[in-house]
Amino acid sequence: MLKFSPVILIGGVLLLYGAVGAVMCLYFGLNQTGMNDYFPFGLWIVFDLVVIALGAGAFFTGFLTYWVNQKQLKDVINAAVVIGFICYSGAVAMLGVDIGQPIRGWFIFWHANIHSMLTEVSYCITTYLVVLIIEFLPAVIENRQIKKIRENRLLAHNFHEFMFIFAGVGAFLSFFHQGSLGGMFGVLYARPFAFREGILIWPWTFFLFIWSAAAVGPAFTTTIVSLTERISGRKLIPFSVKQFYGKICGWMLLTYMIAKSLDTLAWAFSTLPRLGLTFADQFAGGPYGAWLIWIELFLFGWLPALALVNSKVRQNEGLLLGAMILAWVGVIFNRFTFIVVSLAIPVLPFEKFQGYMFTWPELGIAVGLIGYGIIVYGLSYRYLPLFPREKELNPA
Amino acid sequence: MKATHDDKLLWGMAIDLDKCTGCGACSVACQAENNIGFKGLAGWGRLNLVADESDKLRSITWLKIYRIHNGQPFPDYREAYLPRPCMHCDHHTPCVSVCPSTATTRDEEGGIVSQIYTRCIGCRYCVAACPYHARNFNWFDQHFPPGSENYLNPDVSVRMRGVVEKCHFCHHRWMLARQKAAHEGQDRHQVTYNTACAEACPTGAIVFGNLKDPGSEVAKWSKSPRAFRLLEKLGTQPKVWYLTSQEWIRQWGDNYLESEKASARKG
Repeated sequence: MLKFSPVILIGGVLLLYGAVGAVMCLYFGLNQTGMNDYFPFGLWIVFDLVVIALGAGAFFTGFLTYWVNQKQLKDVINAAVVIGFICYSGAVAMLGVDIGQPIRGWFIFWHANIHSMLTEVSYCITTYLVVLIIEFLPAVIENRQIKKIRENRLLAHNFHEFMFIFAGVGAFLSFFHQGSLGGMFGVLYARPFAFREGILIWPWTFFLFIWSAAAVGPAFTTTIVSLTERISGRKLIPFSVKQFYGKICGWMLLTYMIAKSLDTLAWAFSTLPRLGLTFADQFAGGPYGAWLIWIELFLFGWLPALALVNSKVRQNEGLLLGAMILAWVGVIFNRFTFIVVSLAIPVLPFEKFQGYMFTWPELGIAVGLIGYGIIVYGLSYRYLPLFPREKELNPA
Repeated sequence: MKATHDDKLLWGMAIDLDKCTGCGACSVACQAENNIGFKGLAGWGRLNLVADESDKLRSITWLKIYRIHNGQPFPDYREAYLPRPCMHCDHHTPCVSVCPSTATTRDEEGGIVSQIYTRCIGCRYCVAACPYHARNFNWFDQHFPPGSENYLNPDVSVRMRGVVEKCHFCHHRWMLARQKAAHEGQDRHQVTYNTACAEACPTGAIVFGNLKDPGSEVAKWSKSPRAFRLLEKLGTQPKVWYLTSQEWIRQWGDNYLESEKASARKG
C-alpha cells in the first residue's frame, strides 16, 4: 500500500494536468498548441506513433504465444496486453483532441478515402483496440472478487479457449496499422525527407515500421515489467522469459537495422539526388542535424541489435535491460525524425526553415497519457492476475 | 485521383514574374473575394491569448507573395516577387490522396482541387503532404470586425475553426457562370470565367483559363519557352505556370544539384 499510493498519486496528478490541457485545446481550439501551418503535426503525433510502436508488445507476444506456440510467454502476456491497451486507448484519446473537429471524427469511417494510409490506420487501430479490450477482459474477470461468481469463471475459461483467434486477428490488424503509420510518411512523395519508394502501393517505411515496432514492443514490455519488479520489490516473471524476449528483439532489430541502413543509403544516394537534393541539404537548417540519423542508426540501432544477439549479454540482466532500453529509445528517435524533421525541411527552395516548440497545454495531454498509463497499469497490477507466476517466484 | 473525364477542360493559371511588381493586389482581392477573416481571440482572463496577426505561420493566406532575390551584392542584386496560389496538382494530387475523410477532391471536370469544409475533420495530413504550403488550417475562429460582415461575399461560405482551407480557383465564379449560361440557354460546358486575383492584377501578370483551349491566353503562356512550374521534379504536375526570362528566377523554381546548376548556366 505504501508503494501503491504514491504511484497512483503521481499518475493522478499527471492525468489532471492532461485534463486541463485537453479542456483548453477542445474549448479554445488548437491555437493553444505550438503547431502552425508549417508544423501541422507536432508532439502529439510523435507521441501517438511512439506509444503505438511501444504497445506492439501486445500483438507480438500474442502472436508468439498462440501461433508460434511459445508457451513461456504466458507468464507475461497479460502484462503485455495491459500495456498495449493503455498505449492504444491513450493514442485514440489523444487523436480525439488532435483533430480540429473532434465531433466529426467518425467521418473517417463514413466518408472513408480508401487511398489514404490514415484511413487504414484509423480502421485498424479502432478495431484492434476492440480486440485488446477482449484480450484484457479475461484478466479483469479473474479478479479475486469477480471470479467468485461461477458464470464469470466460465466466461473467463471460454475466453481463454478462443484467445488464439483474437491473437491472430490482433496480429493481422497490427501488421497493417503499424505498416500504415510508416506508410503515412513514406507516401508523402512531395516531401522528399519522408518519401520512400517501395513495392506496389507500399513504401519501404510500411515494412520498416512494422518490423521495428515488433522488435521493440517486447523490449518495452520487458522494461515496464522490470520497473514494476523494482518498485514492488517482487520477482514477477522468470529471467528466462526476459532473455527470450531479448533474443527475439535482438534478431529482429538486427534484420531491421540491415533493412533500415539499406533504405537510408537508397534514399540518400538515389531518391534525393533524383529530386535535386542531397543528404546534407536535408539537415542544413535548424536544430535537427544529421546527428539524429547517426544516433538513431548506431547508438540506438546497431549497438543494441548486436548486443542482444550476443547470448553473453543476455545472461546479464543489467546489460540485457540496458540494450532493450536503447532499442526502444531508438524507435522514439525514428518516429520523431520522420514526423518533425520531415515537416521542418522546406521543399520550396525559397522557403525558410521553421521551428516548432510545444506549449504547456500541448505537453499536458502527452503527459496525461503517461499518467493514465500509470493508473491503469497500477490498478491492473494490484487487482488483476497480471503475472501468473508471481506467487511461485516469491516464496514467502 | 482519376484523370479528368472531360479532356476539353482543364483550368489553369499562368503568372508572368517579369511583370509582377509585388503590389499584393491579387492577394487582397483573394482575401476579399473568399471571405478570409481575421483571427479571433482565444482564452480567458489571464490566459487570454491575443491573436497575433503578425504570426503569418497561422494566418489564412490562400495567395501568398514571396520575395526572392539572386543573392548577389549591389549592383548585381536582383529581386522578384512570386505569387503562390494553390498549384492544383494534376497528377496524384498529394493532398487529395492522403485525406482520410475525402474532404478534398480533384474535380473530374476541370481538375480544380477543392476543399469540402463541412467534411474536413481537421487532421492536417493534407497540410503535411503539400510541399507548396498552399493549405491553411483554421487555428482560430475567424473574426470579422463589426460592420465588415456586410461586405462578405454571399457566394462563398465562411469557414469554421478546426478545418483546412485553400485556394479553389474561385470555383464559385465558375458555378455562377454556368448558372448564368444555363439561364440564358447557352451550353454551360463552354463557359469561361476569371479568378479574383487575375482580375485584380494591375499589370496583367496573371492569366487564368482553360489549358486545353489552344486559343486561350493561359494555354499560350503555358507553352512559352519562358514557362516553368514549381518543383516539377516531384511529379505533381501543377496547373499553375510561371514565366520569366531570367535564369536566376527559374532556378528558384526547383531544387538542383550543384552539377545541374552548372550545366544550366552553361546551357
